[in-house]
Amino acid sequence: MADAVGAILLASVTLYAVLGGADFGGGLWDLLAGTTARGRAPRDLIDESITPVWEANHVWLVFDLVIFWTAFPYAFATVMTTLALPIWLAVAGIVLRGAGFAFRKELTRPSWQRAAGAAFAFSSLLVPFFMGTVVGAIATGAVPADASQASLAAWTSPTALLAGFVFVAACGYLAAVYLVVEAGRRGDRPMRAYFTRRAQAAAVVAGALSLAALFELQNSNPAMFDRLTARALPLVVLAGVCGLAVLALLTAGRASGIRAIAALGVAAVIWGWGVAQYPVLLPGTAVTLTTAGATQATFVALVVIAIAAVILVIPSFALLFRLQGRHMLGEGEQGPPSAGPVRSTGVPSAAHAGPPPPNHRPGSVTRGVALGLVAIDVIARRRRTR
Amino acid sequence: MSPMHASGMTLLAAAQGGAQDVPARAQMATTLGFHIILACFGIALPSIVLLAEFIGLRRGNQTTMLLARRWSQAMGVLIAVGAVTGTVLSFEMGLLWPGLMRQYGSVLGVPFGAEGLFFFLEAIFAGIYLWGWRRLPGWAHWWSGVPIAASGIFGAISVIAVNSWMNTPGGFTERNGRITSVNVWQVFFPRSAIYEMPHMILAAYMVVGFSVASVYAVGILRGRRDRYHYTGFALGFVPAAILTPFQIFVGDTAARAIAADQPVKFAAMEYVPQTSRQVPEWLAGVYVNGHVYGGIKIPYLDSLLVGFGPGTKVTGWDSVAPADRPPVVWLIHLSFDVMVGLGTLLLLAGLWAAWTWWRRRRWPRPLLFWLLGAVSGVAAIVAMECGWVVTEEGRQPWVVYGLQTTAQAATTNGGVLASLSIVIAGYAVLGAATIAILLMLSRRWRRDDRDDAPVPYGPPDLADQPAGQVES
Repeated sequence: MADAVGAILLASVTLYAVLGGADFGGGLWDLLAGTTARGRAPRDLIDESITPVWEANHVWLVFDLVIFWTAFPYAFATVMTTLALPIWLAVAGIVLRGAGFAFRKELTRPSWQRAAGAAFAFSSLLVPFFMGTVVGAIATGAVPADASQASLAAWTSPTALLAGFVFVAACGYLAAVYLVVEAGRRGDRPMRAYFTRRAQAAAVVAGALSLAALFELQNSNPAMFDRLTARALPLVVLAGVCGLAVLALLTAGRASGIRAIAALGVAAVIWGWGVAQYPVLLPGTAVTLTTAGATQATFVALVVIAIAAVILVIPSFALLFRLQGRHMLGEGEQGPPSAGPVRSTGVPSAAHAGPPPPNHRPGSVTRGVALGLVAIDVIARRRRTR
Repeated sequence: MSPMHASGMTLLAAAQGGAQDVPARAQMATTLGFHIILACFGIALPSIVLLAEFIGLRRGNQTTMLLARRWSQAMGVLIAVGAVTGTVLSFEMGLLWPGLMRQYGSVLGVPFGAEGLFFFLEAIFAGIYLWGWRRLPGWAHWWSGVPIAASGIFGAISVIAVNSWMNTPGGFTERNGRITSVNVWQVFFPRSAIYEMPHMILAAYMVVGFSVASVYAVGILRGRRDRYHYTGFALGFVPAAILTPFQIFVGDTAARAIAADQPVKFAAMEYVPQTSRQVPEWLAGVYVNGHVYGGIKIPYLDSLLVGFGPGTKVTGWDSVAPADRPPVVWLIHLSFDVMVGLGTLLLLAGLWAAWTWWRRRRWPRPLLFWLLGAVSGVAAIVAMECGWVVTEEGRQPWVVYGLQTTAQAATTNGGVLASLSIVIAGYAVLGAATIAILLMLSRRWRRDDRDDAPVPYGPPDLADQPAGQVES
């Protein structure tokens, strides 16, 4: 049962990474979009893609935290104590990101909008970085079994810092890939080319940083490195293959399925980490999935909650992403400004209730449902093997 | 946590120049006190917006439709800020209270897990409802809001379950400092849940209803006596005023139950130093060293309220050792009195309106009524905050009543004072910005009172509206 809950935690971390991570990546591209005039088109596309979904995507983080502290309270307490500083910084970033994003829509003065926009964009960079250092610190075995003091060294090791950069690059990569597809759907060729270049660059950077982190891990935690290159090797290879496939498809100018492949690549990295660590929660300690302080009844309750989540939350997400994909969710009273076909007709609601153009459909459903199904499937398989 | 470990932690904290539990409590109070207002809007505002939209759809009422649409824009801001401040609290559970989470995380985490589900539904359907005004067909749009309202209520139930559990813990066995078994149902519905859950949900509806009413009462006081303002006032005031008597009944029941379940908290609420019969009721007053200064004493009333007879025995705080008593008794008592006083004031405002409506079929005309309406939102918020002070201060020194002290739960890391300062400054800015933006929205609506007024942020084809760029 503990294994099942571990898999649930890893699955919801994965969903946070591929959904919430892309929203942070959007902020990264907003930050790098340049001056007002030059950055208008990409910023608009980013904004419209993130607006209706970021809060829902963000809930995965809260869900992750709750599962973590409920199923593995000993590990949770020591992680929150040892890594208090980077976690505080990530929390500050989360507040700035959410508030900045929500506020800049409602502000009227350009200077205030800029300030709120800057808060959103910079904090979108900080949050994944500090979360990456937290994961890096855990993976290198820098978190003791029962800490009473915060440690600066734990998350400032080269591996942890590299992990921070990997997270930033991965978020940017996911966001750019999703935005390529979104721009393609809107028939926006310049933006499609714009984000294709950025997705390629981010793929290369994220790949290089991941390899660097992997080899740095060989020094900082050889045992972990060994298991990553043995037991978890298939997943590591899968991650690499997905990255190369996305690069190849981007270069060939084909967008079909690249979002799912990119997300699968990131998921493979996360599951590779999980498989390499299994069943240890905090490498270098005796804290495992079963000895982290929870009882069987708690695990059962969490599995029930996870099943309820699959029944209630996944279809809701599918609906949200589908409506978003069909451009049914417009900006305030204004409607999505550059939603070409929808806007040109000028007819609200009912006219669009019919079946959407075929090229609008598969992506949005895949993003929601396929990921969920993959996660469920993996959980089920792990439970069977146990 | 084993006693040895706990004392070790306390010693360690002391060695670092003072325990962290006081600044940690201050920080939790700041962040929770801030978030709870937004949480109320998350719980209750969707219902009120849906009510307005329902009337708009059913009766073709353009005024309520316009109000619903505007409120939903304000709701977007409030839900976004609430989502991030709620996340801060989730992290603080571990950053400030690792001792609590380490020991009881596997118990109190279960209701939190359920809350996570409802939070999902709330955020997902908020994304659909808030951004679906333009293109979703009328009733489909209305239905997309129903899960927000429902999950707001169920989410609140789940979180209050945790607080109830902290007040009256149960549903688990602990052996040698380890949790060995958990009964999920008992954790989810502890003894105090039966009154805490309705008390807080009704409070959320009162806060939101009266806050909405306040906004339009201010407008009416400023001379904007039009159909739009009276409708806005009514949509907030009527539901809140209807719920107020129920809230007072629940609160009264809760107080009696607290006298039985959490007697020391009750003793602090009512100034009962010694367990005795024929206990007087104190209205206001500050308790210092065995004396109540400036209070009004009503003989026998406390015993009467607790057991419907002057001879009822009421447990005093002398029933526990001095170290197990709440440190600041007068704060608890005064908060309780302010909460009850404001609740009564709001009840009177509702009765006034009901009386006038019954006799004359119109709103009361006196200025005093509209002044009451204008302050009713703040009054409801203050009453709710006071209620939280009573339940949290009244449980001290315990975080889990009778099982774990707040000092044992607090982090052993230094620097909580630093994070507290940053939090106070940051939340002051956040709160000011949120209010400023709501005022800005209201000004904008007033300026061009048309439904299709452009939202300034965003569209690329309006040359004069830059879209949130970072720099130029």
